[in-house]
Amino acid sequence: MSDIDTTRPESGSELAHHQEQSLDRFENPGLPPHIHRAADDDPAAGKRAEKQVATLFGLSMLATLVFMVAYFAIPDESTFYLPGVGLSKTQNVVLGLSMGFALFFIGIGAVHWAKTLMSDEEIVEERHPQRSDDRSRAAAVATVLDGGANAQLGRRPLILYSLTGALGLFALPFVLQIAGSLGPVNAPEELKENIWDLKNNDGKPIRLMRDPEMTPIKLSDVTNGSVFHVMPETLQKNIDENHGVLEAKAKAAVILIRLEPDLIKVQKQKDWGVDGVVAYSKICTHVGCAVGLYEQTTHHLLCPCHQSTFDLPDDCNVIFGPAKRPLPQLKITVDDAGYLVAPQGFMEPVGPSFWERSR
Amino acid sequence: MKALAARRRHPAAIAVLILLGLLVTGGAYSFLAPKQAQATSVTADSVATGKKLFLANCASCHGLNAQGTASGPSLVGVGAASVDFQVGTGRMPLAGPAVQAPQNKVKFDEEQISALAAYVATLGPGPAVPDGEYTTPIVPGDEKAAGQSLTNSERIARGGEIFRVNCAMCHNFAGAGGALTRGKYAPALTGVTPTHIYEAMVTGPQSMPVFNDTNITPAGKQEVISYLDAIDNQTNVGGMTLGNLGPVSEGLFAWIFLLGLMIASAVWLGKKAA
Repeated sequence: MSDIDTTRPESGSELAHHQEQSLDRFENPGLPPHIHRAADDDPAAGKRAEKQVATLFGLSMLATLVFMVAYFAIPDESTFYLPGVGLSKTQNVVLGLSMGFALFFIGIGAVHWAKTLMSDEEIVEERHPQRSDDRSRAAAVATVLDGGANAQLGRRPLILYSLTGALGLFALPFVLQIAGSLGPVNAPEELKENIWDLKNNDGKPIRLMRDPEMTPIKLSDVTNGSVFHVMPETLQKNIDENHGVLEAKAKAAVILIRLEPDLIKVQKQKDWGVDGVVAYSKICTHVGCAVGLYEQTTHHLLCPCHQSTFDLPDDCNVIFGPAKRPLPQLKITVDDAGYLVAPQGFMEPVGPSFWERSR
Repeated sequence: MKALAARRRHPAAIAVLILLGLLVTGGAYSFLAPKQAQATSVTADSVATGKKLFLANCASCHGLNAQGTASGPSLVGVGAASVDFQVGTGRMPLAGPAVQAPQNKVKFDEEQISALAAYVATLGPGPAVPDGEYTTPIVPGDEKAAGQSLTNSERIARGGEIFRVNCAMCHNFAGAGGALTRGKYAPALTGVTPTHIYEAMVTGPQSMPVFNDTNITPAGKQEVISYLDAIDNQTNVGGMTLGNLGPVSEGLFAWIFLLGLMIASAVWLGKKAA
């Protein structure tokens, strides 16, 4: 510590003296010569800067007044055309702009004031040693030890140990929350349930319905190249009871597409469809977004969230993106009235993977 | 002029110039951009004219009898609606080979387009150009149209629901358009005429699937069109939409403009006054 020279030469004579003593060291170049600003030397410039600052603050006041007047004067329903934005609410725009300008002018006024008028002379402040003197240090240690003795920690170890135990145990809930959420979920069955299951319709096949109209679909309605967004007939119960509609929809969404039967590569896919009409879960196997982007020309289904791409003629296998499993197919057939029905539910849980999923 | 010359070396001069340039080009574009042509219905005896136009302009790709070639699909059975959409929006004749036909300048006038459509319609049965009944946007209000259980405003809201289920995944909730795979895209729906929207739904141009009348009823299509018309004309209470593209355009705006503003402020703060 002691061999580091903490004093800095300020004047020329000291600098020369210093150089004689230690020629092997870099010299402290000191501060560059201070350049005065216009307002420091010229009283007229100072006066001008003062006026400028006052003008900026005045503009802020004006903007605040505009805000207060506009608050009462502009009717709530009035609109105007703002270039680049479109038809806008006059009150929103005027209140926002006036309040913004009121703050903005206070800000730039204050900065302009600081830059032109407040003193900008450079000041050097020496760094002091951080170590306290020995007396203060001894006193501090004594205070701590004294406090410990007063609290009788040494005499009553039971308190010391129980307090340590209590504090240590208190750390566990934080660990538990993280570790616990990695483990099994409380009700894995809920994730596997789907209102396409026939038990929701007394074991009878479930009709495919248009979303959002909830009307049944005839096989002949589905022409080549068309896409139907489908919900099960059983959703009507949730809609009527106004209970759990979105939760049911989130797992039941199905997309219905007609392909040329010759295009279909997988026999199971052909068997589970009717004349090339196939139904697939619309819930992405990656993180459960709705896979709705169907390209009629390439027969690709694209998920808008992370660009997972499913090849429809190849049983919706993943050909791009982060999804790891193909979309589950829903078996469909035609009932006596000619409407499309699902004679069985999904054979696997739809949507993203979870711990208790068997595969 | 002298004042201008003195200020041209000002640090803000470049920023001001760029801003001015952007404003001028943007403004000029919005004035000069081509406006959509409104297609009219087909007249019966224009088939011959249409065939002539077809042979002169389309046959090189679609074949002399519109049977299709390696460079263009068959037009048998695509219907008048398809021609009116593709030619009426300037997608055909094709501007150049690409994964998707971009929108170009409309090359034909209304009469020529309906003649072409009339000719293609004779090749095989296909969707016709819709008449005005279902392509007129519903005017919002509490009254009910004949045979409707919902009020006009409720029908527009239902159009929004149909749009969100069937169209929004590609065309964006506000009809701003979006990306598909391998350079293909769903175009923005702002400023598209109701007839062209209707025709796109019934014909399914390019990557778009077909939404026939058994999928979305004509009244449902009218409700979708009315919804798009309503969001096109609605008052913007939230300020600049930045294209309604969500976090991408908003983030880009924040990073470029707001961060730029902060850096400019920091530079100004650190500069010594004159």
